[in-house]
Amino acid sequence: MNVPKFMGFRRENGRVGVRNHIIVLPLDDLSNAACEAVANNIKGTMAIPHPYGRLQFGEDLQLFFRTIIGTGANPNVAAVVVIGIEPEWTNRIVDGIAETGKPVKGFSIERSGDLNTIAQASRQAKEYIQRASELQRTECSMDELYVSVKCGESDTTSGLASNPTVGNVIDRLVEMEATVSFGETSEITGAEQMCKERAATPEVGEEFMRVWEAYDEVIRQHKTDDLSGSQPTKGNIRGGLTTIEEKAFGNLQKIGKESRYLGVLKPAEAPVGKGLWFMDTSSAAAEAVTLWAASGAVVHLFPTGQGNIIGNPIVPVIKLSANPLTCQTMSEHIDLDVSAILRGEMTLDEAGDRLIEYIIRTCNGRLTDAEALGHREFVLTKLYISA
Amino acid sequence: MIQFLVHDRTDTVGVATVDIKAEETAKGLYMETQEPIGIKVLNDIPLGHKLALRDFKVGDTVLKYGHDIGRVVADIKAGEHVHIQNLKTRRW
Repeated sequence: MNVPKFMGFRRENGRVGVRNHIIVLPLDDLSNAACEAVANNIKGTMAIPHPYGRLQFGEDLQLFFRTIIGTGANPNVAAVVVIGIEPEWTNRIVDGIAETGKPVKGFSIERSGDLNTIAQASRQAKEYIQRASELQRTECSMDELYVSVKCGESDTTSGLASNPTVGNVIDRLVEMEATVSFGETSEITGAEQMCKERAATPEVGEEFMRVWEAYDEVIRQHKTDDLSGSQPTKGNIRGGLTTIEEKAFGNLQKIGKESRYLGVLKPAEAPVGKGLWFMDTSSAAAEAVTLWAASGAVVHLFPTGQGNIIGNPIVPVIKLSANPLTCQTMSEHIDLDVSAILRGEMTLDEAGDRLIEYIIRTCNGRLTDAEALGHREFVLTKLYISA
Repeated sequence: MIQFLVHDRTDTVGVATVDIKAEETAKGLYMETQEPIGIKVLNDIPLGHKLALRDFKVGDTVLKYGHDIGRVVADIKAGEHVHIQNLKTRRW
């Protein structure tokens, strides 16, 4: 079959990115100020502040390191400056990112102070951005692309049209041998048997059920009512969605009709091969997209009904909607309007063609609405309280 | 003009694709078969909201996408608005 090409950045480890970011990445909350100062000094670099990195332990700490290292390792990132309060965990992040072969350097604040650290880190960031500004895009193929999918502020138009449009594209991307990931564990509640049946093997289906049941158990432990208002959200309900089951069947329209997932990934875990993968994630948009970016996804497809406006610092988030009211009133947030499907004036195949074309333009460098509007939501998933 | 869509032939609710006014006889379409369906609508149904395609009693199951999407908690007549006032999750 004809696999489309685009102009991307091929990194030191062979992986393909579609953006050329220089990021200033804090180890911990304490280092946000220094990172923001560096990004302010050196134009074109970007700080990614976050609230964690202190006194986490066990599986929660592992997930934290996997997410921060994965963010730096993402192929949309050309080089990384890491700043932490102390050198040991700072170096753990630097060493993790360095495995990709990309330029990365760490700085720590204790025994140096913010101002000296900012001065040194700024010199390094300046060198990195000037080096990266000379990198050229080269021809890459869709089978080198890793795309993640997740919907948000869904309504019934998501299940009718925007999610099936993404599903149409997922089937094509998998056929092209691209890498694709979906997740939203809690939001599959009601349709978990259908999801289990879409696994490539019974073992993978069982693994999915194990992960889903573990998530469901956490919800049952902590819930104070039937979760109405949280899942479905108030926005979902305003848009006509009534129950989590209804939302779940609509959600699963996103994975198409043909493709089967090959494995179940931990949060922020990188897929080990091409094809479709399930990732255990929250259904909260920024948390989930942050995890996929950390797993190496370079483009995210985001169907919305009522108008979730999320972006990500390093991954272009492409939004589509089939709700005519949303497309009219929030047009600056919606990259692709597929509301014509509801009027019977556009088929799913035509909508899929439009979305593939939009993905290629985005990969070639066109900024998404979320990028142009400065949406850089970066939200770490925290599994439990800190020590 | 089509005013509502029905995902699966076995579904017992449709989804309004435009705002529908009470007392209208709305025109719908089964998506799988492209078969038309008409129903007298008893409440205003905003775009994206569901209308009942048959009568329901408390405890009945509502089908959408051909699957159980929850239990009926207040009786519903064909043509009425189906939402949080008469349909609840079986989970959580």
